[in-house]
Amino acid sequence: MNSSRRIKLQVFRVVVFVVMGAFFITPLIAMFEFSTRGNGENAPRTLEAWASIFKTPDMVDAITASLQLAAITSIAMLILLLPTMVWVRLRLPRLNRIVEFICLLPLTVPAIALVVGLRPIYVWININVTDSILALAFAYVVLVLPYAYRSLDAGLAAIDIKTLSEAARSLGAGWLTVMWRVIVPNMSSAILNACLLSVALVLGEYTVANLLNFENLQVAIAYVGLVSAGTSVAVALASLVFAFVLLMVISFIGRRRTPSLAAAGTDPQYLTAGQRT
Amino acid sequence: MTAAGTPAFSAAARPVQGGRRLPLSWLGIVPFAAYIALFLLLPSAIIFAGSFVNADGGIDLSNFTSINEPFIITSFANSLLISAISAIVGAFSGALLAYAIVTGNPNGLVRRGVTSAAGVLAQFGGVTLAFAFIATLGTIGFVTVFLKNIGIDIFANGVWLYEQSGLTLIYLYFQIPLMVLVFLPALDGVRPQWREATESLGGNMWHYWRYVAGPLLAPSFLGCTLLLFANSFSAYATAAALITQGGVIVPLEIQHVLVSEVGRSQPGLAKALALAMIVIVAIVMTLYSLLQRRTSRWLR
Repeated sequence: MNSSRRIKLQVFRVVVFVVMGAFFITPLIAMFEFSTRGNGENAPRTLEAWASIFKTPDMVDAITASLQLAAITSIAMLILLLPTMVWVRLRLPRLNRIVEFICLLPLTVPAIALVVGLRPIYVWININVTDSILALAFAYVVLVLPYAYRSLDAGLAAIDIKTLSEAARSLGAGWLTVMWRVIVPNMSSAILNACLLSVALVLGEYTVANLLNFENLQVAIAYVGLVSAGTSVAVALASLVFAFVLLMVISFIGRRRTPSLAAAGTDPQYLTAGQRT
Repeated sequence: MTAAGTPAFSAAARPVQGGRRLPLSWLGIVPFAAYIALFLLLPSAIIFAGSFVNADGGIDLSNFTSINEPFIITSFANSLLISAISAIVGAFSGALLAYAIVTGNPNGLVRRGVTSAAGVLAQFGGVTLAFAFIATLGTIGFVTVFLKNIGIDIFANGVWLYEQSGLTLIYLYFQIPLMVLVFLPALDGVRPQWREATESLGGNMWHYWRYVAGPLLAPSFLGCTLLLFANSFSAYATAAALITQGGVIVPLEIQHVLVSEVGRSQPGLAKALALAMIVIVAIVMTLYSLLQRRTSRWLR
């Protein structure tokens, strides 16, 4: 490469990074600036908007509900998906493609469309089972399915479950022991990854909650925003920073422990949507 | 698992249990299958079947003919336009950024930092994103106020943040990072030897991009653009938080029909709109995976 082209390339790179950097960092700075504004012109900076998060009872309820939903969804997803995936790999390999197809299906059904079909089901659930907001977890398990599947799939591919489970079985272990003491410890980072992705998705979920008339964190942010923009920008920034930390942890785990997870991290389908749902 | 844990897991037992082995091992996927049937397949069936049921409970195509109404056609046109523009602009900007990353040190801090940030930002969206831009470009936003103080009024011709053009700009915030993530592997597959070969055959930079790198990257670029299109076409939350009245895009139209469904003459309309969305996204995603398959022929 000759030197003039090298210089041109460096100039191009610097320009691209600076322009893109400005576009992506400005809204984050703006959120911080906006949420610390005082009342009126030239008023001193204040943390009033941040403090009022905890003075808004609706907001506290919504944050609690969203955190509970995140925990329930992660656990339910693992209980439903992991044994099924292991079982299919060991005993029903013919079904592997079908299970994969079904798990990735929610990617092609926009959440706004799915919720139309979920509404009659939730009407029934609200009348006959429970009207608690935690019922949303039923729908959220479906929404996190593609991301959880990709992550767990990468984890399962990295270990030889057939040999491991046969070895454990021949030593007298029952299926529960095989799952809990052999398979789970061997793919702990994939499981953690799947859980963190689920948590990030549930904390950012708005579509389903809003259209099924439940008030989760994002619905509360939108609602408070109609009254006090400062408070909802503050909550939005806080939930964003929380999600950033979670997802940074994921990319850190992905890079350090298992190379195959890092590969899954660059898979296009694995990365679509997320908080947007 | 416990239900399925009964059959003996040894080859020797198989002939004895021959007939029973198959049904019992199928029991292992019953919980998963039941859950999927109830919360994924049943809703889909409700959408599909419901879109053919008219206001009187009869079966016909009236829901689809009412998609033909002007305001619904407009929201479809808006949706397609916003998705197309944000996909194309996002694809070009993302490709530039990806190229800037690839030309640097493959193990360097810049590359790791930018790809990690892109991974995080591609997930960013929803209500939070709408508020981020209200704080930035709203009428009293950070940038708006700053520019006003130095004499530039970005809203001189009216406030455009809360309509289609604003929405398109906001969507770029997650489209560009997504493009970086999906296009980077294709750019990584381009070998420096190809450029050297072009040069040793007397080709210049134009020849290289026109006859070598361009045709090789085209299917991947096109595929990624389609993915971006589907991505913004399905987005709902940002628009819902930003635009409080009117069904500017199809998801908002669905919300509008759904929330006021009771007492309307066409209960099946929301389902017909949802079905139309699913069909469009499914077509785009199928094309995307076909193009990805073509790319993977020479990649890696």
